[in-house]
Amino acid sequence: MLLITCPWCGPRDETEYHYGGQAHVPYPENPADLTDEQWAEYVFYRDNPKGPFAERWMHGTGCRRWFNVLRDTVSYEVLTSYRLDEPRPALPQAGGNR
Amino acid sequence: MTSTALPEHPDWLWRNPEPRSSYDVVIVGAGGHGLATAYYLAKNHGITNVAVLEKGWLAGGNMARNTTIIRSNYLWDESAAIYEYALKLWERLPEELDYDFLFSQRGVLNLAHTLQDVREGVRRVNANRLNGVDAEWLEPDQVAKVCPILNVSSRTRYPVLGATFQPRAGIAKHDHVAWALARRADEMGVDLIQGCEVTGFLKDGDRVVGVDTNRGRIHAGGVGLAAAGHSSVLAERAGVRLPVQSHPLQALVSELHEPVHPTVVMSNHVHVYVSQAHKGELVMGAGVDAYNGYGQRGSFHVIEQQMAAAVELFPVFARAHVLRTWGGIVDVSPDASPIIGTTPVENLYVNCGWGTGGFKATPAAGWAFAHTIATGEPHPLNAPFALERFATGALIDEHGAAAVAH
Repeated sequence: MLLITCPWCGPRDETEYHYGGQAHVPYPENPADLTDEQWAEYVFYRDNPKGPFAERWMHGTGCRRWFNVLRDTVSYEVLTSYRLDEPRPALPQAGGNR
Repeated sequence: MTSTALPEHPDWLWRNPEPRSSYDVVIVGAGGHGLATAYYLAKNHGITNVAVLEKGWLAGGNMARNTTIIRSNYLWDESAAIYEYALKLWERLPEELDYDFLFSQRGVLNLAHTLQDVREGVRRVNANRLNGVDAEWLEPDQVAKVCPILNVSSRTRYPVLGATFQPRAGIAKHDHVAWALARRADEMGVDLIQGCEVTGFLKDGDRVVGVDTNRGRIHAGGVGLAAAGHSSVLAERAGVRLPVQSHPLQALVSELHEPVHPTVVMSNHVHVYVSQAHKGELVMGAGVDAYNGYGQRGSFHVIEQQMAAAVELFPVFARAHVLRTWGGIVDVSPDASPIIGTTPVENLYVNCGWGTGGFKATPAAGWAFAHTIATGEPHPLNAPFALERFATGALIDEHGAAAVAH
């Protein structure tokens, strides 16, 4: 089980949270201008890296707030967590796809 | 053929050739789908100058990690067509391949625990029948007759309100399936190359002309990806983005028991699925872990929930011991249906996104994928499962019939 740190409540078991997929996927700036392919990209296509991944979690049985987590999808190590209004932190060690 | 015969040792079933510098077709991934594709390329299309490249060992990925259930009771016409085609191929494959892979048509029950489950189940039975798929709706007392150890009491937290039943569904011995396909493909000239990881793609403009591997460069007229959980990682190396997410899916087996469980039972709502293997293990699965992952292991709390559901449904399992657990990596598409067909890169074909449903589809996936690679065009079976559907909106939403949360 993952141990995830909620920025407000601190470290809690994975079962307290709900997973929300990739973080930092902005709504299109000019939605009326998008082609079907661009809409498909926005709605259905997400990154699927082997290695560090910025993703959203929600503290369902705690403060019920969304936040972001950097997690390694191979080792499942939770590298860091941060608020939605904070930028994706630089990794302390070299990451990237493995 | 008898079900008590021991299988031949795999080492005797295929050659282990060195990779040549060029093939008509290279398949990436020697799992069930890759092997079935190679088999049907040779058998249906006479294309035998084929290599199947496998980074690990043959059928050591998801083929070795699934719960071996075969059924075709999907809701939509497109899904019913391809899964039912697979089931019909399964029914004749043991004879065709001359290999007993213990295909046992013991039926599958999909339990309903809520009024919505009941409505969905009845609707699916009707849809199945319209598509020529055998399906029945069973009331709780009829469910108990099919599977007497199942607790259909009204006093459980989520009582069994009924079930869909597909009598022709069943299980097969997954390793034997792979070995049977591998032996025949090998006999027809296909090179099965293990320990050969694809590290990149050779491209000529917008056309794939081969692959780079840890065992050298291999030129190919066409390249088919059948790499399950790693499909998006591979496709990205060829410049193709796939709308799939990789998730850990785990399963487990108990110690051996006397035959107690005569069918396959799946419950979407309380989330466990159980069958009893020929040797006697109870084989159980649950849903995927919510998060993306490549670690080939799952979360303990998923097992805990799955065991709680299993013991409530099958009180007789309360003192069974878990013998081992394992995880596979499934690639999940947005509509819980596979993606099989061409890609924006010429001569590059993809078979992925099967989520938790890949094993049962093995022969039809191979059949349709071989056709697509051989002709450059999709087969009617896989035409609806093209990558383009995510832009056109013609999705095939099988989240319900997939029967596993993903």
